[in-house]
Formats: sequence, structure tokens, C-alpha cells
Amino acid sequence: MSTVLFDPAHGSDRSADLLARVQQAIAERTPLFIRGGASKTFYGRPVDAQPLDLAGHTGIVSYDPTELVITARAGTPLRELQAALERGGQMLACEVPCFGDNATVGGMLAAGLSGPRRPWAGSVRDFVLGTRMISGLGTHLRFGGEVMKNVAGYDLSRLLAGSLGCLGVITEASFKVLPKYRCRVSLRQAMPLQMALDKLGEWGQQPIPLTAASHDGSTLYLRLEGNEGSVRAAAERLGGDALDDSYWDDLREQRLAFFDDPRPLWRLSVPALTAPLAIEGEQLIDWGGAQRWLKSSADADSIRQLAAAANGHATCFTPGVVDSPFQPLAAPILRFHQTLKRNLDPQGIFNPGRQYADV
Amino acid sequence: MNILYDERVDGALHSVDRAEFLHTLQSRLPDLDILHAAEDLKPYECDGLSAYRTTPMLVVLPRHLEEVQSVLRLCHERKVPVVARGAGTGLSGGALPLEKGVLLVMARFNKILEIDPAGRFARVQPGVRNLAISQAAAPHGLYYAPDPSSQIACSIGGNVAENAGGVHCLKYGLTVHNVLKVEMLSVEGERMTLGSDALDAPGFDLLALFTGSEGMLGIITEVTVKLLPKPQVAKVLLAAFDSVEKAGRAVGDIIAAGIIPGGLEMMDNLAIRAAEDFIHAGYPVEAEAILLCELDGVEADVHDDCERVRVLLEQAGATEVRLARDEAERVRFWAGRKNAFPAVGRLSPDYYCMDGTIPRRELPHVLGAIADLSAEYNLRVANVFHAGDGNMHPLILFDANTPGELERAEAFGGKILELCVKVGGSITGEHGVGREKINQMCAQFNSDELSLFHAVKAAFDPLGLLNPGKNIPTLHRCAEFGAMHVHHGQLPFPDLERF
Ligand SMILES: Cc1cc2nc3c(=O)[nH]c(=O)nc-3n(C[C@@H](O)[C@H](O)[C@H](O)COP(=O)(O)OP(=O)(O)OC[C@H]3O[C@@H](n4cnc5c(N)ncnc54)[C@H](O)[C@@H]3O)c2cc1C
Ligand SMILES: Cc1cc2nc3c(=O)[nH]c(=O)nc-3n(C[C@H](O)[C@H](O)[C@H](O)COP(=O)(O)OP(=O)(O)OC[C@H]3O[C@@H](n4cnc5c(N)ncnc54)[C@H](O)[C@@H]3O)c2cc1C
Repeated sequence: MSTVLFDPAHGSDRSADLLARVQQAIAERTPLFIRGGASKTFYGRPVDAQPLDLAGHTGIVSYDPTELVITARAGTPLRELQAALERGGQMLACEVPCFGDNATVGGMLAAGLSGPRRPWAGSVRDFVLGTRMISGLGTHLRFGGEVMKNVAGYDLSRLLAGSLGCLGVITEASFKVLPKYRCRVSLRQAMPLQMALDKLGEWGQQPIPLTAASHDGSTLYLRLEGNEGSVRAAAERLGGDALDDSYWDDLREQRLAFFDDPRPLWRLSVPALTAPLAIEGEQLIDWGGAQRWLKSSADADSIRQLAAAANGHATCFTPGVVDSPFQPLAAPILRFHQTLKRNLDPQGIFNPGRQYADV
Repeated sequence: MNILYDERVDGALHSVDRAEFLHTLQSRLPDLDILHAAEDLKPYECDGLSAYRTTPMLVVLPRHLEEVQSVLRLCHERKVPVVARGAGTGLSGGALPLEKGVLLVMARFNKILEIDPAGRFARVQPGVRNLAISQAAAPHGLYYAPDPSSQIACSIGGNVAENAGGVHCLKYGLTVHNVLKVEMLSVEGERMTLGSDALDAPGFDLLALFTGSEGMLGIITEVTVKLLPKPQVAKVLLAAFDSVEKAGRAVGDIIAAGIIPGGLEMMDNLAIRAAEDFIHAGYPVEAEAILLCELDGVEADVHDDCERVRVLLEQAGATEVRLARDEAERVRFWAGRKNAFPAVGRLSPDYYCMDGTIPRRELPHVLGAIADLSAEYNLRVANVFHAGDGNMHPLILFDANTPGELERAEAFGGKILELCVKVGGSITGEHGVGREKINQMCAQFNSDELSLFHAVKAAFDPLGLLNPGKNIPTLHRCAEFGAMHVHHGQLPFPDLERF
């Protein structure tokens, strides 16, 4: 490869310091609040603890486009990762939100959030191949690796995805990456929500190269990605007006006008074809119906019941509105969260209470 | 070191009075099918790794969830180990029974509960065969993507427990990428749901943790899988090469060009000849390696990609590139590959299938090293390779009736796996650790990492009753295994008590 994709000398390995800090915290039983770029501090419950900053532990460790794998230290800015991938003509297919310039690779994995392409391409957890982590037993470990398939032992790397730093400190992660699509077309069509959901159900059974579908109450927004031939043919078939591709970035980064509404922001994760949810407030549909953003001053219990009745769950994205932003867990599942946390972090030093008060 | 359960290094197992236990089980569950006579137990002595056999204490074949719950409760009460079994096609001894344990066969849970074409999911019982899901979804133009070569026989419960792959997983993912929700029973028989009908669930991703956990964390009682629309067209290119290196390089070139094939498989000369003899797929038997590259999707895209790939293959030095002319020829090309294991089985009384993964760039080096080992151990090897995702299946040919050959094959296999670890790969890409690779786990993970695995296991099964001895070796086993591989006079686990 003639182009330089990344500079292996850029960045620094602080894992020895981080390990020493964790070992000290275990010995003294002083909780730590793990911080990446702190771009997502609003997400989850507040943690009252000594910060453990990953921001200095940076650098892309390896990237070989023909292997479809990139490995980076946890504090590496997402922007740096994305720039390297861009040079290699590839992408993180799960289209992660950055929420500012500071978001890190470790924070992305720990938050586990995915963008509009999620239902078609997969989530962050689907693309993580391996991790290095500092455990609550004071050890620095490696799970998974840089290969596509690996079923040796339990899949700790995927367990860490979305764990919000409650099970250990991620120091390094490897991801499967994919070539960027050759062609992309975005479209908009005026259409009521129920009709849009019906259409999406129908199109979903056909080989149409959809990679995003959103609805704001009156308009359906679609994105097609693939090779020239299939994208052009599908665009012609589906019809609609041209839409600027930046719509999807604004949706992912929560920059659309919808997000300016002063009411609390909720995320409802429900089966995609769930009929329009009747509740006070405004809704913005992403993930082809499977992710519904809600701006509402309805009480948390009603919102949670609504989500649960649809076989889904609700998360509050606005800090300080509810004590538990995440949907409460069923009793046996909660108990296994507690035993898992206790076994992996016996002194309870990692982000105590960040996800749930009693985990 | 024998791989059968060894209480000395794998941990003591509780003993119960067999007759009394059987009697209690019969009286609590009068309708439950229980096998206990020696001749009835025989078919359950092994899974697909038939070189290793153990007679279970009892085999139970429940039909109702409540029966599974009661069996689990009784076993928990009496501290009797439980080994789950699906269709028993596993190749790593994951469903190998225990003399002191109950073998819980889930194969009778074989109903497809729901196919939702608009929602694009299927809800099925764990004993449903992998292929049966795609067949049931076919009238709606949908299918279930992961397609292990054993798909006509293996169960979806076993697929989830092994995180099974197939020839299409570079593009469509492994089992873990295609499962939405799993209903489970804990070791104490408590019901729980992992994942959800939506695309995610609150809390830790226990669904991901349980996928591939080899029956060690709970019993799978229902699975909801994702269905995909069938690609409009699929085309297969067959390319012949006069060296394995060139074929390996061609794989990298295809991916570097931004093309992700639906399937990308490689076979070496011995595998090509074996498959050709058996299936008459039309393979070029003189080639040192062939690549099968399937491109699927929408007509126009597939056409473009076929042209691109053909040029790349020719530039990489292919001696011949053939496009399957029609569907019949496409199916024949694949049949050769999908029957490679039985085909190789015809060359030799026994074969031993390895499952290591490596970064693709290491392919020429690793194949070269395998050829050297083959000479050293004096055993032939055929190579079949999920080339797109670096998953190798070297098949070691041996004759178990020739004294010492099985042991030589095992030792050879162990060396291949250690080689995979050394180049940054893994000892298993899809068949699982089971009992077979329990010693090689000591090469892939250090004692700190194994300790964390044990901590995970203890969170769900503190008494260690679910499938003991599989998947994660005890530190004692690794100490003994390590003692046999002393490097520079240094034991790998110096801090451990020796036995
Ligand atoms: C307008 C706006 C909208 C936002 N919307 C969302 C949203 O929808 N979803 C969302 O999740 N976030 C959201 N965030 C916040 C956000 O804080 C993200 O989750 C982000 O990608 C995390 O990257 P980071 O490096 O900044 O992580 P941080 O914010 O530093 O950390 C995120 C979480 O991961 C943990 N963590 C970080 N690094 C590691 C590590 N190396 N090992 C273990 N744990 C670690 C932290 O303890 C924390 O719990 C939003 C922020 C803004 C400003
Ligand atoms: C010819 C041949 C080709 C093969 N090709 C492939 C391939 O291409 N890709 C691939 O991945 N595998 C392949 N395999 C291996 C095997 O088919 C898979 O591992 C399959 O997933 C096993 O399913 P099973 O139902 O037979 O499970 P079993 O062998 O019965 O069990 C496998 C494991 O799953 C556990 N288990 C089974 N059911 C349950 C349950 N309900 N709850 C909890 N645990 C359970 C068992 O305890 C055991 O650990 C092949 C096997 C053969 C014989």
C-alpha cells in the first residue's frame, strides 16, 4: 500500500500507569470513574469517584485494510480512527455517534451506541473482535484478537460493549471494518408514519440496499448504499425527492431541530414495525422504526410501560430527569448482573452505580 | 494427556447413587423419557468427535419446558452435572457426556413457533435444525444466513451454544450476529430472557456472552433469529492456482478492492482431489489450490463485481478462472466444498478436523509450517479454508487402528493450534473448545485470563454443574499441560501448586 494510513509512532502507551492506578484503587477500595473523552457523561447515572483518564493512552496500533481490522488504544480519538479508515477507503459500518470532537475508541465501545445503519449493518458489539482490559482483579488481560472468527473462551469483548465501564477498563480494542460503499443516494418522501412502517415491512423482505430509514411524523427519509447499479435501480423504484446526505450525520449526532425541544429526551428501542406510539410529545423515528426518539414530559413510568408493552425498553438521555435512566431489569437478570459485577469487580471500583444503582 | 474427564486435574465431581437418582427422577417426572440401559446409552457416548467416548449416567429426552426445569432442579439439589446436547454434530466434544452426569438432550424441542415475514424473524425451539429454518422461511423469500456445513443436521440450540459459522459468514456474520433473543433456564431452572424483540436490551449484553458459551452458563430453550431476504442472484467463480501463496494473495487483493464476497473458500490439492473423486464437481485436479468466490446481491452489482474479481484473479496469477454457467453448476461447485470433510474421510479410515484461525496474511507461512509438521509426524493433511475470514480446517488423516496414530494426530493437531496462536490467531474459529482443545486453551490464555473466565462461569453456575470440564481448563490442568512443555526451563504457571 503506497499511502500512509496511520503513524504507528503517534500516541503513547500508558497501560502500565493505568494498571498501577487500578491496582492501587483495588488495594484502597477507592472507586474510579473511567473517562474517555467525557463526551457522554450525560449518558447514564452520575458517578462520584476519582476520575481515571484514558485520554492520554492513545494511538492506532495496527491497521491493515486487506485484513479488514483496525486496532487502537482506548484513548484514541474516534476522529483519528475514522481518518485512518477514510484513507484506507473503509469505515466502521455501525456508524457510531461522536457527540463532539473528544469521543474516544474506548468510550465508543463502552457506550455501545450505533448510528442509522445499525439495523442493516450491525452494532458496535457486532464489530468488536478483541479487547485488552484491566480487570477488577488488578490484571491486564487480552480477549479475542484480530481475527474474524474466534470462539475460544467466553466472549468478553462483546460483553464489554455497552457495559459503560462497569466491568473493567478497556485499554485497547480491535474492530472489523468494511469497505465504504461505492454509491449512496438519500431520498425523502412525504408520507404518514403508519404507511411508512408498512412500506418498510414490505421493502425489508426484498433485496433493496437500504442502509437507513427515518421518519419525523410527516416525512420518510431513506438512504440506499451499495454498488452503482443496485442503488440507482432502487432509487428509481422507490422514488422521492433528493435528500442531502448530511441529514444522517445530523440525525446520528442529534443535531436536528427535533433535539432542541426543551422536554426530556427518551430513546425507545422497540420492534421495528411497532405501530405509532401514542404518548404526549414529539417523536423522531430512526433504525427503520426500531429506535424511536421521544421528546416528552410524560412521566417515566408511563414511557417505560409503553415501551415494555411493545416488547421494548426506554432510556432517558437527558441527565437528572430520573434516577435510573435505563429500563429496570427483570429480577433474575438483575441478580445475574449483580453476581457478574461482584465476580469481575469484587471491590466495586469501576463506575459504581453508573448503569444501575445496585449493580 | 488424555482428554476424557480427569477428576484429578479437572475437579472432583459429586457421586450419587444411580439407581436411587433414577428412581427419584422417574417418580417426579413419570412422563419423561429416560434412557438408562447400556444399549440405549451407547448412541449418546459421543458427539461428532467420535474418537472420544464416555457413557453417561443417564440420558433424558424432555419434550416440555417444565420437564427440563424439574431435571435441572433435581440435578442442582443432588449436585449432579448436566451436559446439554442438541443434535450431537459438534466437532470438539462439547456434548461429550460424563459418567457421573445427566445428558440433557434438547433435540425433541423441534417446533418452529413463529415465522414473521414482515418483522423478518423466526422464533423456534432449540432442537430445530438449522436448515429447517431457512426452508420454513423460503416461501416468504427469506432465509437464515449462518450455514454450517452440518446444517441439515445440527440444531439451532447447538449453533447458539457454539456460535456456529458457515461459508457465508464473512459477509453475513456468525450466529451471534443473527440471533435477536434467547430464552434460557439457569442452572437452577429459573427462566430468563436474553436480548429482546427489539435490536437491543438494557444492561450488559448477556446474549453476546451466552452465545458460544458451550452449554456452560445455562440451557437454551427458545431462539429468535433474524431472517434476511434471499439475494436476487448468486454467482460463483472458480479460480485455479499453481501455488497456495498466489491463491492467498488473491484473497487479499479481492478484499483490498472493496469487495466482500458472500463466500470465499480455498482448498488445497489433496482436498480438491478428494472432493472431485467424491462429488465430481468439475474441479481442476492438477491445481495446487482453488478459490471459490461467491458474489451475491442485486443482479447489476453482482455482474460488476464478477468482472472485477475475474480481473483480480487473473492478475494474481490464476491459471484458470471459471464462472459457474448456471445454477446447477454453482450448486455443484459448492457441493464439492460442502462435502470436503466426508470426501477426505474416504481417503483414510479416520481424519481429525482442526479449526484454527489466523490473520490472512500469515496463510503462506502457516501452510508451509503445516506441510513441515506433516512430514515430521508422517501424517497426510488436506486443507480446507474459509479464506475470507482466516478460518482454517486442516484435516489430518490417520488410522486409529494403527497403534500410536491417534496420539500422533492429536499431537500434530495441537502443534497446528499453537502455531495459530503464535501468529496472532485462535485455536478455534467455529467448532468450539469443548473437550478437544481444552489443553490448547492454556496456550491461548494465561492464568489471569483463565481466572476471569472462571469468575464469569461462577456468576452463573457457582457449583460448576453445567458441562464441567469443557471450554475453560482449570489452572491445575494448565499447570500439568505446561509442565509437559517446559520452555527454557521455565514453567508457565510457576505460582501454582504441582500435582
Ligand atoms: C448532544 C449529546 C448527545 C449524546 N448522546 C449520546 C447518546 O445518544 N448515547 C451515548 O451513549 N452518549 C451520548 N452522549 C454522550 C457520550 O457521553 C458517548 O457515549 C461517547 O461516544 C463516549 O465517548 P467518550 O470517549 O467521550 O466517552 P465518555 O463519555 O468518556 O465515556 C462513556 C462511558 O464509557 C465509559 N468509558 C469510557 N472509556 C472507557 C474505557 N476505556 N474503558 C471502560 N469504560 C470506558 C465511561 O466511564 C462512561 O461510562 C451524548 C453527548 C452529547 C453532547
Ligand atoms: C460434517 C460436519 C460439518 C460441520 N461444519 C461446521 C461449520 O461449517 N461451521 C460450524 O460452525 N460448525 C460446523 N460443524 C460443527 C457442528 O455442527 C456445530 O458446532 C453445531 O453448532 C453443533 O450443533 P448440535 O446441535 O449438533 O450441537 P451438539 O453437538 O449437540 O452440542 C454442541 C454444544 O452445544 C451445547 N448445547 C447444545 N444444545 C444446547 C442447548 N439447548 N442449551 C445449551 N447448550 C446446548 C452442548 O452442550 C455442546 O457444548 C460441523 C460438524 C460436522 C459433523
